Amino acid sequence: MAASQEEVTLLGVTGSAFVCRVQIALKLKGVEYKYVEENLGNKSDLLLKYNPVYKKVPVFVHNEKPIPESLVIVEYIDETWKHNPILPSDPYQRALARFWSKFIDDRVVGAAWKAVYTVDEEEREKNVEESFEALQFLENELKDKKFFGGEEFGLVDIAAVYIAFWIPIFQEIGGLELFTSENFPKLYKWSQEFVNHPVVKESLPPRDPVFAFLKRRYESLSASK
Amino acid sequence: MADEVVLLDTWAGTFGMRVRIALAEKGVKYEYKEENINKKSPLLLQMNPIHKKVPVLIHNGKPICESAIIVQYIDEVWNDKAPILPSDPYERAHARFWVDYVDKKVYPAWNKMWLSNEEEHEAAKKELISIFKQLEETLGDKPFYGGDTFGFVDVGLITFCCWFYTFETYGNFKMEAECPKLIPWVKRCMQRETVSKILPNEKEVYNAVVEMKKELESK
Repeated sequence: MAASQEEVTLLGVTGSAFVCRVQIALKLKGVEYKYVEENLGNKSDLLLKYNPVYKKVPVFVHNEKPIPESLVIVEYIDETWKHNPILPSDPYQRALARFWSKFIDDRVVGAAWKAVYTVDEEEREKNVEESFEALQFLENELKDKKFFGGEEFGLVDIAAVYIAFWIPIFQEIGGLELFTSENFPKLYKWSQEFVNHPVVKESLPPRDPVFAFLKRRYESLSASK
Repeated sequence: MADEVVLLDTWAGTFGMRVRIALAEKGVKYEYKEENINKKSPLLLQMNPIHKKVPVLIHNGKPICESAIIVQYIDEVWNDKAPILPSDPYERAHARFWVDYVDKKVYPAWNKMWLSNEEEHEAAKKELISIFKQLEETLGDKPFYGGDTFGFVDVGLITFCCWFYTFETYGNFKMEAECPKLIPWVKRCMQRETVSKILPNEKEVYNAVVEMKKELESK
């Protein structure tokens, strides 16, 4: 299908790591798209129509066919625009890539957020420990590779943008020393490499507004104690 | 070189059953190793050190974990027959989305229902029913979630059906009354030998769950 016939839309919010994953994939593939900024406090009819199950962003719409869930979207993008592959071609390597991406969603995302954004101290400490353990697994998995995907970044790197860009923001806000070069030398080096990759750099949101927004959330949480 | 395929699993595990169905659909011969969840084997701990869970598929010595990921792996490796995922990328995304939905929603809701106190029980029961109502809606009038053919979402969901009697008994409701359109789909799937031979008897599952609950409560 010629580019001019493609209709590609992304519903998102600035500052969402999950939306960012999709934006990185689209940038890597050089796909032009229309971006629609959603207001999660007042969700559009379009969002509710395209993601009735979860009512969340990101939602990717290709020729009027919607797909929610960031990792599902990234795989779809990879299968539709085949150059600059995101997943490896070998089935075992693909299974590993899917496993580690899911690991990030299941074991890192929630725990890292709660390691800062939890009022109860015991609960917060528990999440710090869980985050530490999860990041250690990733440190071990990365070994001496430049990216999780090898010489070029892949699915796991894209999923891990949460670690590279968002976790440092949380921990600065919360005064937490979790993801540091002392604790995780390989993962930390990877994160610097990743956020400075031209494709990723152009896809990341501007740091200051995201920081300000997340700081306000933290302050309102502490105030509610 | 002959393929060496080993599956670490438990007989009543809904996630492992998905893998067994997929292997059967593809006609893959494998060695089955029953795991005791309360006393995990060294092999399991070695092959899945991160989650220490079943199922784990070991193909020529290499472990693959997480049932949905294993099923996709099986589909990609043994790609000469019985395709499980559709070939169209949008349909594939759709299938992955719904299997992920089942993964995220069914088990946590069930867990809340059978382990909760009286107050939370009603809310958990309503949640479980609403999840199945959503799945009933998604099926629509299609014979299978995969359309005309048995596919990824069918594999992903059918394994929970041998737990219906357990859900119904603990929740005091009837799946047939709440989600009538799901029942013909269950029957259709059960007509496949790959499914009927693998899914255990509903009452056996219930008895095992009752035993498990007793053990938990006695601790």
